Amino acid sequence: MPSLKDLKNRIDSVTSTRKITKAMQMVAAAKLRRAQDAAESARPYADRMSAVMGNLASGAGKSDSAPKLISGTGRSDVHLLIVATAERGLCGGFNSSIVRLAKSHIEKLQSVGSKVKIITVGKKGREQLKREFSELIINHVDLSDVKRISYNNAKSISDDIVGRFEANEFDVCTIFYNEFKSVISQIPTALQLIPAVFEETEDVGGDFYDYEPDENEILTELLPRAMTTNIFTALLENGASEQGARMSAMDNATRNAGDMIDKLTIEYNRSRQAVITNELIEIISGAEAL
Amino acid sequence: MSGLMQFDLVSPEAALVSMEIISVEIPGAEGDFTALPQHAPLITSLRPGFLKVNSNDGTKEYVVSGGFVEINATSTSVLAEQAFERENITKDIIDELVIDAEKALANCGEDSRDALEKRLYDTKLLLDFLDF
Repeated sequence: MPSLKDLKNRIDSVTSTRKITKAMQMVAAAKLRRAQDAAESARPYADRMSAVMGNLASGAGKSDSAPKLISGTGRSDVHLLIVATAERGLCGGFNSSIVRLAKSHIEKLQSVGSKVKIITVGKKGREQLKREFSELIINHVDLSDVKRISYNNAKSISDDIVGRFEANEFDVCTIFYNEFKSVISQIPTALQLIPAVFEETEDVGGDFYDYEPDENEILTELLPRAMTTNIFTALLENGASEQGARMSAMDNATRNAGDMIDKLTIEYNRSRQAVITNELIEIISGAEAL
Repeated sequence: MSGLMQFDLVSPEAALVSMEIISVEIPGAEGDFTALPQHAPLITSLRPGFLKVNSNDGTKEYVVSGGFVEINATSTSVLAEQAFERENITKDIIDELVIDAEKALANCGEDSRDALEKRLYDTKLLLDFLDF
């Protein structure tokens, strides 16, 4: 049976915890709006890019001379996985849901004998993957100093990947991130970057456009850019998802802390009453004994 | 050859301009050209240079660092890597573009050397056109 003093301390500590989680929730809500705005303003570029790429890919992408980034190496022996997570914790199942998806992929690939290499983006994912797959991690991208994800962050990642691809380090590249659906729902997603997959547009045929320089050259120039755009979109989605996940996690925590305070307060009052009753009994029985 | 067309200038981080225009001068990779309404569908890449937009509100100039443009009869969409309004541009911005281009050239493979050398040259040319 905890003493009154203990209960009082508990209540105080839970109250300050609630204050912190409440503050974190508000911060996450503000950051979420910013992250959503960023994702929103990046959308026109990404949409157009994928429309043009779809057009190009349905034409030039199928020819034998198509760039390797779109046709692949013809093998799928070595897989490179980009696992994008958050730099911070306290955001519910955000990080572990991505890691879980990545892990199941790794196990599937290893069971069919493929080699796996991992590049992690974000500290949390690396910590979790290091336990089991530390020998597979070949690089880590640290974004902890980055306040707002910029296109250049995505570009340096994509340059790294293209460099490794040209050095024949891997055959297939996939990025793992959380797609932002809503504050309460983020969907762990795997997106294949190399060989690049584009939705083929049907309304405007590939032959409709003139290309200058020719199709193949444009495709070669645009592919790395399309990949950077994909990575950028993934990082932005991830950013919004992280804040959304943190917001709902902190909302839950705040509510739980409130429930706990109520429960503790009741217990505190009960035992205070019990103490008073006890004292009364002692006084009365003391008086009776006289 | 009359009327207006829809013009969009977007960068990866934001949509910068979206308006009705009369014509636009574009620094294409293979040479400058002007797009008017009813232009034949064309996709071309851009070199670092000036984008001149003529609309009913007058002429506006932008500096783009590269990217590509999609043109059809009714609209022109410029997807620029980076784009700045001419009046907002400073020497620092251009210097940074030059440094980026130099870095890319230093790290490139044989295949892309020509293209990157041209990019560096074109970026440096911007300095001559802008007075600081």
